[in-house]
Amino acid sequence: MGLPGALPVLNSKVIKCAVMLGLALNCKLSLSSKFDRKQYFYPDLPKGYQISQFDIPIATNGFIDVDLPLEFGGGHRRFGITRVHMEEDAGKLLHTGSGSYSQVDLNRAGVPLLEIVSEPDMRTGIEAAEYAAELQRVVRYLGVSNGNMQEGSLRCDVNVSIRPIGQLEFGTKVEIKNLNSFSAMSRAIDFEIARQAELYNQGQADEIVQETRLWEEGAQKTVTMRKKEGLADYRYFPEPDLPEVVLTEEYVNGIRDSLPELPEMKRRRYEEMGLTMQDVLFLANDVNVAEFFDATIAKVPDIKLAANWIMGDIAAYMKNEKLSINEIKLSPQELSELIASIKSGTISGKIGKEILLELMEKGGTVKGLIEEKDLVQIVDPVEIEKIIDKVIANNPKQLEQYRGGKTKLQGFFAGQVMKESKGKANPGLVNKILIEKLNAKS
Amino acid sequence: MLSSVQNPRTLLLHCRRSKPLHHHYHHRHYAKPIHATPLSHPISASLPTSQIQTIQKSILSREKTTRQFAEEFLNRLRLTEPHVKSFLHVSETVLDEADEIDRKIDRNEDVGPLAGVLVAVKDNICTADMPSTAGSKILENYRPPFDATAVKKLKESGAIIVGKTNLDEFGMGSTTEGSAYQVTANPWNLECVPGGSSGGSAAAVSARQCVVSLGSDTGGSVRQPASFCGVVGLKPTYGRVSRYGLVAYASSLDVIGCFGSSVADAGILLQSICGHDKLDATSSKREVNDFTSQFISKDYFESQPLKGLRVGVISETLGDGVDQEVVSSIRGAVSHLEELGCTVTEVSLPSFSLGLPAYYVLASSESSSNLSRYDGVRYGNQMVSDELSSLYGGSRANGFGPEVKRRILMGTYALSAGYYDAYYKRAQQVRTLVQKSFKAALDSHDILISPAAPSAAYKIGEKKNDPLAMYAGDIMTVNVNLAGLPALVLPCGFVKESSSSLPVGFQMIGAAFDEEKLLRVGHIFEQTLQGYSFIPPLIADEFKS
Repeated sequence: MGLPGALPVLNSKVIKCAVMLGLALNCKLSLSSKFDRKQYFYPDLPKGYQISQFDIPIATNGFIDVDLPLEFGGGHRRFGITRVHMEEDAGKLLHTGSGSYSQVDLNRAGVPLLEIVSEPDMRTGIEAAEYAAELQRVVRYLGVSNGNMQEGSLRCDVNVSIRPIGQLEFGTKVEIKNLNSFSAMSRAIDFEIARQAELYNQGQADEIVQETRLWEEGAQKTVTMRKKEGLADYRYFPEPDLPEVVLTEEYVNGIRDSLPELPEMKRRRYEEMGLTMQDVLFLANDVNVAEFFDATIAKVPDIKLAANWIMGDIAAYMKNEKLSINEIKLSPQELSELIASIKSGTISGKIGKEILLELMEKGGTVKGLIEEKDLVQIVDPVEIEKIIDKVIANNPKQLEQYRGGKTKLQGFFAGQVMKESKGKANPGLVNKILIEKLNAKS
Repeated sequence: MLSSVQNPRTLLLHCRRSKPLHHHYHHRHYAKPIHATPLSHPISASLPTSQIQTIQKSILSREKTTRQFAEEFLNRLRLTEPHVKSFLHVSETVLDEADEIDRKIDRNEDVGPLAGVLVAVKDNICTADMPSTAGSKILENYRPPFDATAVKKLKESGAIIVGKTNLDEFGMGSTTEGSAYQVTANPWNLECVPGGSSGGSAAAVSARQCVVSLGSDTGGSVRQPASFCGVVGLKPTYGRVSRYGLVAYASSLDVIGCFGSSVADAGILLQSICGHDKLDATSSKREVNDFTSQFISKDYFESQPLKGLRVGVISETLGDGVDQEVVSSIRGAVSHLEELGCTVTEVSLPSFSLGLPAYYVLASSESSSNLSRYDGVRYGNQMVSDELSSLYGGSRANGFGPEVKRRILMGTYALSAGYYDAYYKRAQQVRTLVQKSFKAALDSHDILISPAAPSAAYKIGEKKNDPLAMYAGDIMTVNVNLAGLPALVLPCGFVKESSSSLPVGFQMIGAAFDEEKLLRVGHIFEQTLQGYSFIPPLIADEFKS
């Protein structure tokens, strides 16, 4: 609120998050950094200045590795990170439809932010979108933010410039705001590149000016928002109300040692396990899915099966029910149990699929369900023979028809056996014994 | 409280000494005290006693009630206020609070070390139950939703907050003429200024309208008015007292300070408000020792109680531009210190004169930023407008006085692109030099001495149109803020001003967090300074025998 006499106090968790993020982005950390006041007047800025970091940010000179989506050609990219710094958020302006007044919501004023500035290393909209998506993954992996663009937990502004091939100097950059999703970002950048290229080609390159443009989602284009801003003078000076931020090597090392495995490392690890790139991207890019997968294969190391189950039946269920993997009732332990049960022949693959659905919907254990529903696969030939005999005895007409030449009726008998055995009879054995019996001369 | 010590030692000689001094300090003609008659009223004995100790002893032993004390002070306040005008707001619940304390005492409940003590609070310190205007129209009728930490601690100590005192707007000024509401008069001469910016708090204690008061000191705003009003002013080390709830002027320089009619009272007040506050990231985690148990009766002083204390007189402060009579009062104080056993030498602080411009650059810069929040939007006076920049512009143009505008403009300029290096950065470098030179001097001296101001109080209106002349008066005090050190000002003499006498205080500067030593020296000095009475003529009648 910026009340008279109020003072800022630094939230120590912000430092932890900043260091985690700086390390995850391979940055150099400033063991000694400070805060500065960035001064300007605006209704959503209650103090008339924003506490930020100007010339000595907490982290600089890093990079991030991304894998481009397969549908866009795939491939690895490395993008530079110029800096990461801490600052406080301003309030939010709510403009009314009528335009006769606007409201200031100060609830988020003073909430800490981490600002990440990239090097101008991206060349297409999709590269920028994937960079942003990877940042989102990283902050989610670290637990630093939920990275939700819709909620405003992750906000992106983009600067675009073009230059003739061969020219070293960058062209005039244009800022684009109002990007509410990664795909909007990608489209906006591609549009802007095309707009600037068109101007170049028409000999009107000087109409590309340093300005801020708004992305209009409806019209799918960028429009001028503020023209000829020039450089604002924010009259930065060191924030006297907050002491210097001093990090010790021990502190930094402690955080470094406790960092979780980051998406890039996971992707490389999954690649080494022999999974295809498609599998890798699906499994590694959501931290919850990756955790689920890792937990499953920890118990039963059949990577391919686990991957297939997760990417197949489980993913389909999640999509249908609009649930995340944390919300389905199936646990990784039970998935590995399921895989083990099928592998050992305790249950058939078909039964396995049924159990899976029940486990996802209602939870429970594999062992419990097998017992409860009496699902153990019948693999004893004597047992199966008994059932087959019974079925054959109950269906003399079809037997006669079969022996008369309608060999397709084998499927009918097989079906009856499965029904009789409540699906538990091992299909391979059923067919083997059934054919013997059917073909026997009475 | 008085501690029981074994044998009382012999009383000290008073300060009319005759032996020559060892260095080139020598006597000048002293300003004679006006009221040398023996005074019998307990408040008025020629040696100041701790009013806090007196009141506490009295109410706890039920010799007198809290209400009786409160009524005495309130009566005096009512009689003197039309002349002095120290207060912007007087509490209406003083007697109720006094009664509550009496009831607690009757029930044998604990009442706190400041119970029964009427405290005035400078109006730039937030109080939730009274307006806090910081002396500005832009905060007219503003009522904070929280108490400053210092105020919270006062209340926890049982103090009764009698009201909010006048000040130069936002702490900017040295006379209270910068207040948007009224000019406070000096109780010693109602045509003179009380000093500033904590003029109201100093005058209130001087006129005995309250027992003690809180002020704030950014460039001397407690010490200079203390000198002008003949009271004790204590500026603690930066970080000693929480700034939470102090309306910010210059964040790296502001401190809350204490006024009292005796060193003991100023010290006891400080004790109750200092300490680490998690709401102020610049407040010190340093442990606070007990500096009040040393306020013992002079009967228990040793002979030469300050033997071994190394005192340094800052040579740059007794030269040109300082009133002769002020110089002689300071030298008198120095002589007295020598009698008490001090070793006095002269010490030079080479960067001394650079402090003033550096201070004004830094203070203006920080204040230009701190005052950006006063835009009429969320609180305070608003100039209604259809357009944002006129809402801001109009609210601020209307709400701020000329001195505040002057400093905001100066500060904005000093921080602007292209000028930051030449002004702000440069001033910070000077600040480092000032800090270093103080540190060096305080390595070889226990305390440093200077006047608190180059003159005694001047006439109201005299410096109003000459801001630079007013700024120049801060020369004695600003360096201490730049270095963040503690300082104590106590009255030591007078200057004759036509028909009246105006008090003069001397400043003692200590090492960081060494308030204990300053208070000890100040207490001993005060308790052995014979022949002066620092009761202003305005109220002296009450104290005649």
